[in-house]
Amino acid sequence: MSGVDARRIGLVWSGLLLLAVLLLPWFKGGGGSALTQALEGRVWLMPLVAIGGGLALLSAMARDWRIHPAGAVLVGAGLVWLILQGFAIGLRGPAIAGLETLLPASAAGQPGFGWGAWIAGIALIGALADLLAGRGFCRGERFAALSIIGIVAALSLFVFFPILRLVATAFVAADGTVSLAPFAARLTAPELWATRCLTGAGRCGVVINSVILGVLSATLATALGLALALLVARTDFRLKRLLRALSILPIITPPFVVGVAIIVLFGRTGIVTVELAELMGIRPTRWIYGLPGILMAQVLAFAPVTFLVILSALEAINPTLEEASTTLGARPVTTFRRVTWPLLRPALAAAFLLAFIESLSDFGNPIVLGGSYDVLSTRIFFAVVGAQYDLGHAATLSLILLALTVGAFWVQQRWVGRASYVTVTGKSDAGLTAAVPPLVKWAAIAAVVPFVVFTTGIYAIVLVGGFVGDIARMDLTPTIAHVWTAFSFEITDRGVQLFGSAWNSMITTLWVSALSAPLTMGIGILTAWLITRQDFTGKRLFEFGTLLSFAVPGTVVGVSYIAAFNVPPIDITGTLWILVICFVFRNMAVGMRAGVAALAQIDRSMEEASQTMGAGGGRVMVDVVLPLIKPAIFTALVYAFVTAMTAVSAVIFLVSARHNMATAYIMGRVENGEFALAIAYSTVLMLVMMACIALMNLGIGRRKLGRRSALSKGKAT
Amino acid sequence: MTETAIEFRGVVKRYGEAVAVAGIDLTIAKGELVTFLGPSGCGKTTSLRLIAGLELPSEGQVLIAGRDVSRDPASARNVGMVFQSYALFPHMSVLDNVAYGPVIRGTKRPAARARAAEILDQVGLSGLHQRLPSELSGGQQQRVAVARAIVQQPDVILFDEPLSNVDAKLRRKVREEIRSLQRRFGLTAVYVTHDQEEALAVSDRIVVMQQGRIAQIGTPADLYERPASPFIADFIGDANLIAGHVAQGRFTAPGLSLDVPGPEGQAMLSLRPERIGLDPGGPDLIASATYLGSRIEYGIQTPAGDLLVSRPITETPLPVGTRVHLRIDPKDASRVA
Repeated sequence: MSGVDARRIGLVWSGLLLLAVLLLPWFKGGGGSALTQALEGRVWLMPLVAIGGGLALLSAMARDWRIHPAGAVLVGAGLVWLILQGFAIGLRGPAIAGLETLLPASAAGQPGFGWGAWIAGIALIGALADLLAGRGFCRGERFAALSIIGIVAALSLFVFFPILRLVATAFVAADGTVSLAPFAARLTAPELWATRCLTGAGRCGVVINSVILGVLSATLATALGLALALLVARTDFRLKRLLRALSILPIITPPFVVGVAIIVLFGRTGIVTVELAELMGIRPTRWIYGLPGILMAQVLAFAPVTFLVILSALEAINPTLEEASTTLGARPVTTFRRVTWPLLRPALAAAFLLAFIESLSDFGNPIVLGGSYDVLSTRIFFAVVGAQYDLGHAATLSLILLALTVGAFWVQQRWVGRASYVTVTGKSDAGLTAAVPPLVKWAAIAAVVPFVVFTTGIYAIVLVGGFVGDIARMDLTPTIAHVWTAFSFEITDRGVQLFGSAWNSMITTLWVSALSAPLTMGIGILTAWLITRQDFTGKRLFEFGTLLSFAVPGTVVGVSYIAAFNVPPIDITGTLWILVICFVFRNMAVGMRAGVAALAQIDRSMEEASQTMGAGGGRVMVDVVLPLIKPAIFTALVYAFVTAMTAVSAVIFLVSARHNMATAYIMGRVENGEFALAIAYSTVLMLVMMACIALMNLGIGRRKLGRRSALSKGKAT
Repeated sequence: MTETAIEFRGVVKRYGEAVAVAGIDLTIAKGELVTFLGPSGCGKTTSLRLIAGLELPSEGQVLIAGRDVSRDPASARNVGMVFQSYALFPHMSVLDNVAYGPVIRGTKRPAARARAAEILDQVGLSGLHQRLPSELSGGQQQRVAVARAIVQQPDVILFDEPLSNVDAKLRRKVREEIRSLQRRFGLTAVYVTHDQEEALAVSDRIVVMQQGRIAQIGTPADLYERPASPFIADFIGDANLIAGHVAQGRFTAPGLSLDVPGPEGQAMLSLRPERIGLDPGGPDLIASATYLGSRIEYGIQTPAGDLLVSRPITETPLPVGTRVHLRIDPKDASRVA
């Protein structure tokens, strides 16, 4: 890149920085810019103004500011100072003792970052990326360097910083002092680790409960997933299509609704319970509340996930391996036992670990069905929201939960990841897949049929429950009263007036989902592109960091966000943005996986061709990469949208009176026992989601048409 | 031919511990076609990508048209590249593929399309402008790739093993097309291949690379007739390598003595199989004879080792087991060590 370009870029970043420090309100909630604040006494903001000026001067005067030693000094000092001053001086005064003698004005404290501070940070990060690109980082590609530095900064701020804050919080005692003692006390509490239930002499600790639930749930879900996968991939079972369809349902099902349906069916006054009592005289009990109920709901929810993991492994097995076994004289059972099964084992382990992580992270089912069976996620919730607010306790429990899920995730990445037997080689693998032996087939059907019946029952309740008088008491008179309670409106001469109690949460949910879905998709696909296409120092760490966000349970994210973002400098709780940010960084891993899979199929020399013809990284993305990975973009977009609509575990900590979310609202209804209303709202939510997915499909499809028509216009010339 | 198009100055490229290019100095003149030749892993493709800007050197400088571009990304250089897989954009028509570069560089779309159409006609693809790349044959796809690479009048055009996806039958024809296009447009070209025959056929000069270094630079005839090392002699064509020593202007090995001037001591000679004549009657034995249509290859047992000899089919064939005498002109022997 020529010197003129470097100058222009330098002036853009330093101009942005100057705008931020000279004109924009520096603090949250308005007020003066950094310059005016500094002149009024907050002198510690002055260096940032000076650095802005210095950088502008340097980029105008130097031949290439990026290589000039002063450039690195200015940018580095700017970033470090921005962060240091933000943390050193809190809302009520300096965080470091003695600072007020040095800087008298600091005694008054300072509010959180506002527009000025945020833009200044962005400008400095942009300058840093360009500086590194100018020194050969990412082969000098500005776009790639910007993306990497930007994503690393964002991940540090919104994934790792909150977790660090969480760790710090675990060491804070009830009176606010910091020491090892409270953490040690919390960590070793018997209510966490008791194992009495194993000997039948009482209850277990909450950690033991969680692990027992996780192992059982993951085992059952994996077994069911295996049965489903075998039936779909390796038999002539008639209902394959139905199985595939059923497996998609849980993805768009809002939380709680399955739990509620289970209560409606099996609760003490549930439909099935009452029938059984009348027909066979079985005394109604509350057996469903606790481990059995949670387990039932979780297996239903996770089996589709394990199914997909195992199915893709099953379909990737090279059929010639099984044919080879047959030609060597093995009977079907032997082939299955000696060839197919060993090849599947890594996928089974992966599915198990995935379900284990999901089970530990699950919040919706335990809160509805848990009864007195406490697990980590619910206990964390009550430590923050309940009567005895204790963030330190919540943080400790969160760290234990995090250790368990990240441990499982690590095992999956290291051990299972390496053991996977990829038998797709790109060479011809023509051949017929072997049908499973009859014994295995019947075992699979025996496992799947109850699942199908059960799922059908559950969704029948969901479908009907919202539109009848009272499903729990078998009052089946059709009514829209519940929907009307939630979504009533009136058309007056002043326009449409919304009265329903759910409108507020529904509108917020749609806003948050609509804002976060494209951001999630964008950052996920961009990350995928960086990982598959760029070589840079620290790439392995970068990759692990991005995947890690997937293994952090929502409850932990929620608590860590409260711990990190409730106070300056980054004070964003209670805003819409914290919800959006939360979703973006929780769900980016899925967009990333879709992107990595799609990009692996695409010859990278197409992008290089584009580069040699003069396209910068951004242009390569738009012209070449994105058109070729459209399906992955769609998948990522839909997933991000749907997850934002249905997520609950992190959100429950972050919603506010002003920005309530649908799932939080539904949880409130469930807690009040207003099951019909909860079901009605859930059904509406599912319908809205399906409509939105259809719209997105249309939107992305249309863009394709647009390109075609551009081509046909070309014909005229 | 004296103006410099590309210059490597002490270029090193490392990937972590591994060294792909271990210090290259090289000048390529304007209008020249230079081939990087070598076994896989010798650093030839990396060197090509260093010119393209798809890799940046760890040390040293790369100059294109006299300008130091060592820190410039690919997008800021003016090079055209023909990729091994052609890398045509599957979602764009042939015309749009070729017009892509000019559009990126700021030409208005209609003008870019007109320019692209002109180039496509020159490479013999008129009438296929609106096709998608997937609707073309392999040879046509390659011509689109070449058209796309030259449409912007690049300082240099780079070919990365351009024949590896072409049918063996077609290779000679495509090779000649590339060469004639390069001459017609007066392009400076750098061409990477691992096929020595291809390199001999297309190049003005060949740069033979070995383990990240330049083993020898020269015209095809230089390399074939005066290899600088046993590696070159063996890599370019077939060679008989005979170890012996030189004393008083004569090379001696068991059963062999030739007038070879030069420094005294240990020596190794390279003898091309087709430069050795066979006369019936003598100390050496024909151990094998392989009929290859245009010639016969003999395996000869001699005191200096087993030698390969290639004779045209027009000579009377000699049966296996015949005793022969080797006829060697000292001018045909090159000392490689």
